[in-house]
Amino acid sequence: MTLTKAELADLLFEKVGLNKREAKDMVEAFFDEVRLSLEGGDGVKLSGFGNFQLRDKPQRPGRNPKTGEEIPITARRVVTFHSSQKLKTAVETTPRGSVQQF
Amino acid sequence: MTKSELIARLAARFPQLVVKDADYAVKMILDAMTDALARGDRIEIRGFGSFALNYRPPRLGRNPKSGDKVQVPEKYVPHFKAGKELRERVDYPQ
Repeated sequence: MTLTKAELADLLFEKVGLNKREAKDMVEAFFDEVRLSLEGGDGVKLSGFGNFQLRDKPQRPGRNPKTGEEIPITARRVVTFHSSQKLKTAVETTPRGSVQQF
Repeated sequence: MTKSELIARLAARFPQLVVKDADYAVKMILDAMTDALARGDRIEIRGFGSFALNYRPPRLGRNPKSGDKVQVPEKYVPHFKAGKELRERVDYPQ
């Protein structure tokens, strides 16, 4: 099973009592606001869940794995996520059947 | 941005709702995401990114204070991978 925006919207409809339209819009707005903050260079701290931070990575040498040709990996800004202790503990201690990887 | 700032921004986007609704909605979303990962499920949010679990095999660790060897059991840790849209929007303009 995979959790998606559709399931989150269903949950807001059932548990929070938003109408279907509002529930769908609220889920969109949630991730939109997190994205906007990160886009503006401001990290996001969601206590009890985790922190999204921005990291500036300098240029580094890389190579094309197919051709072996050396090409620089340009400097970039990336998002990193650090889970809270609460999330780590929840994941570590809950028994599970199958774990899906990327 | 903190969780309370996020709630305030969401409340401002939904003037027909009371702040309590935005507060409860944020709590529900984060709880559902935590529960999904605790079950071993993935989370996929298009345009934002995905959360999954990474496996950490058992290993022999050391108590840093006493130097004693301790067996550290296998575990899973949450991992976030930014989606294409988030990655591009956060990066410097190319």
